Amino acid sequence: MKISADHDVCIGAGMCALNAPQVFDQSEDDGTVVLLDPTPPEELEQQVRRAVQMCPSGALKIHE
Amino acid sequence: MTKAMPRPDAVTFPTARQTPFDPPAELGRWRDEAPLRRLAYPDGHLGWLATGYAAVRAVLGDPRFSNRVEIAHLPLKEMATGQDILRFPPGMFLRMDPPEHTRYRRLLTGQFTVRRMRLLEPRIEAIVADRLAEMAAAGPPVDLVPAYALPIPSLVICELLGVPYREHDRFQRDSATLLGLEPSEEEKLAAFQDLFGYLGDLVRHKRDEPGDDLISGLIATGELGHEELTGVALLLLVAGHETTANMIALGAYTLLRHPDQLAAVRDEPEVAEPAVEELLRYLTIVQFGPTRTATEDVEIAGRVIRAGESVTLALAAANRDPERFTRPDELDVRRPVAAHLAFGHGVHQCLGQQLARIELRVAIPALLRRFPGLRLAVPYDEVPMRTDMNIYGVHRLPVTW
Repeated sequence: MKISADHDVCIGAGMCALNAPQVFDQSEDDGTVVLLDPTPPEELEQQVRRAVQMCPSGALKIHE
Repeated sequence: MTKAMPRPDAVTFPTARQTPFDPPAELGRWRDEAPLRRLAYPDGHLGWLATGYAAVRAVLGDPRFSNRVEIAHLPLKEMATGQDILRFPPGMFLRMDPPEHTRYRRLLTGQFTVRRMRLLEPRIEAIVADRLAEMAAAGPPVDLVPAYALPIPSLVICELLGVPYREHDRFQRDSATLLGLEPSEEEKLAAFQDLFGYLGDLVRHKRDEPGDDLISGLIATGELGHEELTGVALLLLVAGHETTANMIALGAYTLLRHPDQLAAVRDEPEVAEPAVEELLRYLTIVQFGPTRTATEDVEIAGRVIRAGESVTLALAAANRDPERFTRPDELDVRRPVAAHLAFGHGVHQCLGQQLARIELRVAIPALLRRFPGLRLAVPYDEVPMRTDMNIYGVHRLPVTW
């Protein structure tokens, strides 16, 4: 699974960092997404999918 | 303005509830027939009501819908005066669209990250512990609303903004007036002016004597003028009080009416997080909207919403959509966490949601643990519900232990 994060669309809600903190962080400046691992391991798949689902701006995408 | 022709298929927004924890029953019935239908607005506008989860989410996420107050129509006559007030000051970025909205929002999102909110957690725990000690010292019975639910979020926001606690009562009174349906236009204007005036003084004070707080942090960016700073502070104060306070009180009341689930929240620490999400979904306290207006023709759920038409989003109905949630009308604090719309969706999604989550996760279990024998001090039908307010909840919650 490959993840992409659109920084311009991101509104800094933090649902990704909340749900999959090993994969997503938030910038200290404006709270926008920091993609820690664009190819997360399989054991994090459920959390990552939830993070993508809960993103309010559509900034996160999964590329299968 | 589109003047509505009488249409037999256009509904009006319902406010009466049949049970204390469920939205008006018509909303669910309409949703099960179709996710979108015609809505007649009190000003004569003919717009739309969205009740389906996918349709609501689609509207909130679509940049072709505006949140600007100048082109908005409101589903209830009584809402109009409060909204006029929200339009006045610069910095009230809730009622702006991108890119103006984005500029303000980005200055704040860094202050409301998951990490920053977690740093506040010890302060929130201390505030909660103080409140519980005061309740214990006062002894039962106690009205949970003024004793617990109202003070906690207002103390937390005051801490965040750097507002002294002694100005507290003034804020609660003024913000309750601003958000209520009953107060007159004059009363709302007076409350607004009082709050705005005080916050202006506070901003001036922080310029001279900066602290380690959000207002000082915003001043330090150099990005906002005085009126904008004051408007932003007002928005955060108003947004952070009434909503979280109502979730604490209504959440406690809901659990008191579901004793097995109350026990789970009280006794099992890992239940706290899913319980908070479930209470948010199940209760969805923003009950009369939001409403957006199309700036061009948009197709949603197979219908065409024309430019200039407003769409009111019934969040509570969407959060009970059986196409999205199994057994949607059941409270289940162990329900696996899934996205809901209680905080909205899209660029205006609640800025304070991570703060709200932590406050609820700390305040609700702590109350249940401190008073394991907590119960209502009055019969159920004597708990007055806020069916008349923009934010649903309980007006009073007399409890004993």
